Parts: sequence; structure tokens; C-alpha cells
Amino acid sequence: MEFQFQFDWQAAINAIPYLAKGIPYTLMISFGGLAIGFALGILFGLLSINKQWFLRWPATAYIEIFRGTPILVQVLFIFYGLPDLIGGPIDPLTAGIAAIALNSGAYISEVVRGGVQSIDKGQSEAGLSLGLSRTQTFWSIIWPQAFRRMIPPLGNQAIVSIKDTSLFSVIGVGELVRQGQVYIANTFTAFEVYFVVALMYLAITLTLSLLLRLLERRGVASI
Amino acid sequence: MTQIVKMKGMNKHFGKLHVLKDIDLTVEQGEVVVIIGASGSGKSTLIRCVNGLEEYESGSLNVDSHALAPKGGNQSTLAEIRKEVGMVFQQFNLFPHLTVKRNIMLAPMKVKNTSQVVANATAERLLERVGIGDQADKYPSQLSGGQQQRVAIARALAMEPRLMLFDEPTSALDPEMIGEVLDVMRELAKEGMTMMVVTHEMGFAREVADRVIYIHEGQIVEEGRPDDVFDNPQNERTQAFLSRVLAH
Repeated sequence: MEFQFQFDWQAAINAIPYLAKGIPYTLMISFGGLAIGFALGILFGLLSINKQWFLRWPATAYIEIFRGTPILVQVLFIFYGLPDLIGGPIDPLTAGIAAIALNSGAYISEVVRGGVQSIDKGQSEAGLSLGLSRTQTFWSIIWPQAFRRMIPPLGNQAIVSIKDTSLFSVIGVGELVRQGQVYIANTFTAFEVYFVVALMYLAITLTLSLLLRLLERRGVASI
Repeated sequence: MTQIVKMKGMNKHFGKLHVLKDIDLTVEQGEVVVIIGASGSGKSTLIRCVNGLEEYESGSLNVDSHALAPKGGNQSTLAEIRKEVGMVFQQFNLFPHLTVKRNIMLAPMKVKNTSQVVANATAERLLERVGIGDQADKYPSQLSGGQQQRVAIARALAMEPRLMLFDEPTSALDPEMIGEVLDVMRELAKEGMTMMVVTHEMGFAREVADRVIYIHEGQIVEEGRPDDVFDNPQNERTQAFLSRVLAH
């Protein structure tokens, strides 16, 4: 029996319009989740280095729980588990955004903690010695410097989170992978379709990398 | 004469190390007090207590008209004290994300609500005074060490302090830049600024100080006019220290 495989360019091109419908969902879950995750990251990152144990402990618990469990389990828990608790269904898009938010928030907390702790103690001493309050010292001296150092790891987290959304096909949200699965079920062109899906992820992440590099260069230039 | 700093029986530990032992010290208005001693003797810790960057454990401390309580006590006067006390650090500690001028404008605008126009004019005047009026729009990293330290002095002066603390201000500088920083400090002293200076520059101490204090293992063991301390030290610890640092 002769076996020959040929990449079917026509099948790949035909799949594009259908697959592209998943892009807005992928972007919405990624960036919606990351925006909330960033807010959570600042909040819990700063709480995790607070002197008060009753602020530090809950923050540390949150970070460890969401870093220490798989994001797939987290989204399944939110989508299938939480409705039992709150007594009503959660739509897949909301569940996806919540999972990215909580998961990236834990990692971003660590980025924030590391960024803030990397700033030399002399900086806050200089601020305090000039009469600035602790809050003023933090927001006008420490944070701007810490944030610049946080840009590369934040970019890294954004890319990880974008790719993590591919797992959410399991809860039936119509993102890129889900669209691919549905399309393949009708056409049996798995090779071509997943190839195109991969290219679409790459287009998103490469664009983001480029933007971040520009942002980084501007940030570094002024230091 | 007004006493700007008054320390009475001050003690402090770092863990088991007794870094300050029963310190009694007063600094009069307009006086330049230079504190010398080996590294680890507690001289930096001593001046860092004055603006609360270090907390002491027992005794009492008054800065100008404010009492600063020991560790665990009411620290509500700290904000007022810090407004009146400027500090210059060994490592400059300029803010790298702000231009030279912004470094100087920050505290007056945030702490005293000085308008931007006034803060800007003050910054330009002070930069002129420390001899680097042409560097206002650069970032600290673009300046030499000596220039950075002069910016740091200008930054502290912008708050119009009653007292200036200098914590080894020339120790991180290349030898050829030490002079330019000492010149600025000498000018300040001449204009009547009250100063507490921790330094290893014995020439500066002899020339500018009204009083020299020698600290050994957390204790003031010798205190007096520079000529007396340098030429005729009474304590054998002081004699040993001076013969080490003045030998070369």
C-alpha cells in the first residue's frame, strides 16, 4: 500500500475565515483576564510584602494556590464547580476570563514583589529623609523604577496567558482551538487546520513581543 | 545658642551587637561636628538616628524643638524632623528615573506643596550654587560621581533644612572628585549651616570642623576642637586610630 501525504494549501486557506472567528474570543479572554490579573497582581504582590502578617498571609495563600494548581483544573472548577455553589450557570467566556485573571494575577504578584524588592533600600531612605511619607516614597520613587524592571516578565506572562487560553476549548468557549476542533470535525484536515491555528497564535504573540520591546527601549532610554 | 540636636544616654543594638552605648551629644546651631572612627564603630548609625532612619532603644533624642521617642514610642514628630533635616548618603541615592532638576523639585512639591514654578527656580539656583547649573536636564547616570553627590546636596538643600547630615559623602568617589564635593560642603559650613559629618577625610575635619568626635565600639571616647583631637589626643584608642589613618 502506498502512503503519501501532501499539505493541502487550499484546505488551509479555506479554514482561515472560520478559524479567524476564534481570534476575538482568544484576545478577549487573554487581555480581559490579564487586565484584571494585573490589578490583582499589584494588590496581592504589595500585600505579600506588607509588614502585617494578616495582610501578608492571605496574599501568600492566594499566590501559592493559583501558582500551584494547573490552570486547566482552575477553569474546570470555575465553570463546572462554582455553579453548584452560586446556584446558577457561569457562561464560558466569563469563566475563561476569570481563570486567566486569577492565574496570571498570582504570577504577576510575584513579578510585582520581585520588582519592588529589587529597588535599592537607599532609594526609600533618600525619599524618607527628604520628608516624603512612606506612601509618597513608594508611588513617586519606588514604583516607577520597579515598574520598568517589571516590563519584561510582564510581557512573558502575557504570552503565557495567551497560550493558556487554548486550554479553554474544554469549556466550549469559541476561541481559536475550539474553532479548529469544530472545523476539523467536518473536514478531517487536522494537519492543515492546526498548522493555521498555530500560525495565528504566533502572529498574536510576535506582535506583542514587538510592542513590548519598543516599550522597554523607551523605558530604558530615560533611566 | 540654640541646640539643634540633643542626645542623652542613647542606646541601640543590632541583634546582640551593642552599636551605640550611652551616647550624650549636643550640636549647637551653626556648628560643624565631624564624627570619625573605624568602620563598624557606630558613627553612621549615630547620625542615621537623628532623622529616624535607625531607631534607638533607650535614652532621649531632641532635634530642634521636636522630641523623637525611642523604638516603640510615639513617632509622630518624625515627619516634622525629616522636613528640617537633610541627608547626604555615601551612595548618593539619587532617583535614576528623574532628571537632575526633578530630583531636586520632588520633595518641595510633594512635602511642602511648593508650586512647580517656584520649585523649578529653586532647583536652578541650587544647581548653580553647587556648580552644575548646566546639567539640570540630564539623568543622574549621565553625571560623574562628584557631580551626582553635588546634586544630592542640592536636593537636600531644596527643603531648606536646619541641619545637614553627611554619611561618608566622599567614600564612594574617585579621588579626583573628592575635592569638588568637599568644596561645596566647606561653602555650606561657611554660610552657617549646622552639619554632622561622618567622614574619613581628616584634612577636611581639621579645617572645617568646630568639633571632632571620635567613636570607638559605639562609645564617644574623645571629643574636642580639631587641633586638640588631632595633635594631642588624650585617649589611647584615639591615638592608635589617628596614627593608623594619618600615617600615610
